[in-house]
Amino acid sequence: MEPISIEGTPKTPTVNFDAESGKIEVKGRSIPENSIEFYKPLVDWLEAYAGSPASLTEVNVQLEYFNTSSSKCILDVFKKLEVIFKSGNEVVINWYYEEDDEDMLEAGEDYQSIIRIPFKMIEIEE
Amino acid sequence: MAFNVNEWLTNILKGDVVYSYVGQVSSDLITQALDEIEYKLEQDGVNPKMIRKVYNVLIECLQNLFHHSLKDVEGVYEGDRFGAFKVVVNDTGYVVATGNYVKNEIVQVLKDRIEQINSLSREEIKSLYKMILNNEEFSAKGGGGLGMIDIAKRTGSRLGYEFHQIDKKYSFYNLNIYISS
Repeated sequence: MEPISIEGTPKTPTVNFDAESGKIEVKGRSIPENSIEFYKPLVDWLEAYAGSPASLTEVNVQLEYFNTSSSKCILDVFKKLEVIFKSGNEVVINWYYEEDDEDMLEAGEDYQSIIRIPFKMIEIEE
Repeated sequence: MAFNVNEWLTNILKGDVVYSYVGQVSSDLITQALDEIEYKLEQDGVNPKMIRKVYNVLIECLQNLFHHSLKDVEGVYEGDRFGAFKVVVNDTGYVVATGNYVKNEIVQVLKDRIEQINSLSREEIKSLYKMILNNEEFSAKGGGGLGMIDIAKRTGSRLGYEFHQIDKKYSFYNLNIYISS
């Protein structure tokens, strides 16, 4: 499978999806007006990846800002990962948040309570 | 006296003006405004936690303007995505005001929605947010009103609002958001 590699912009995150290593990374700001347009190819990629995933899929999400329209799309990404996890593959989600950014920690906990995948909350010291 | 958006913008909110704008709310304008406001707050030595709050609130309310402002309001303006907003700082913290034209028939719906959000406790707002987030029906445009709930959740303050009726068809909708330190 072709990896996805997208450079970040002021409104969209840096994305690296690599099927071979099983590494999935989303980093930066996710605040586009049209989130579906940005996330659709990512969700499609994960759907294809679910067919033959790596034995361990490691997901790193390190967002500084995301808007409510991205929040729904991020949930869609996690739901695709949940399918992979439920079919017996190892998946771990590392949710990074900056020290004292309680809102970002809380956002991660919201996803954690909806998605049945082990989450790791990781504080980044400034 | 007839309603005048420029006058409204000049007089709304007390405090030092951080940013003020009236006109077309395009995607580029939002990017630029967010960037300038963030830079300004950093230069002013505002603590990062407050900057984050102001930034998050602005993303939601500017994108609300982007998605929901009307195209062509007869006798008022022609074009797309017309809106106004202002950010001030005063003794209570930061305050954001937004304004856009709406059709009179949705005024009551908006009032009810804001009043409903204002009536909820912090815990209720948190669970409402999660419920809408996990609801398949919610559109990416923010059809579930997730933006406004997100604002209430982050600020912990009641939303202020005012409607100025323009004529039989249109009103000007003003939302005020208080971000206290």
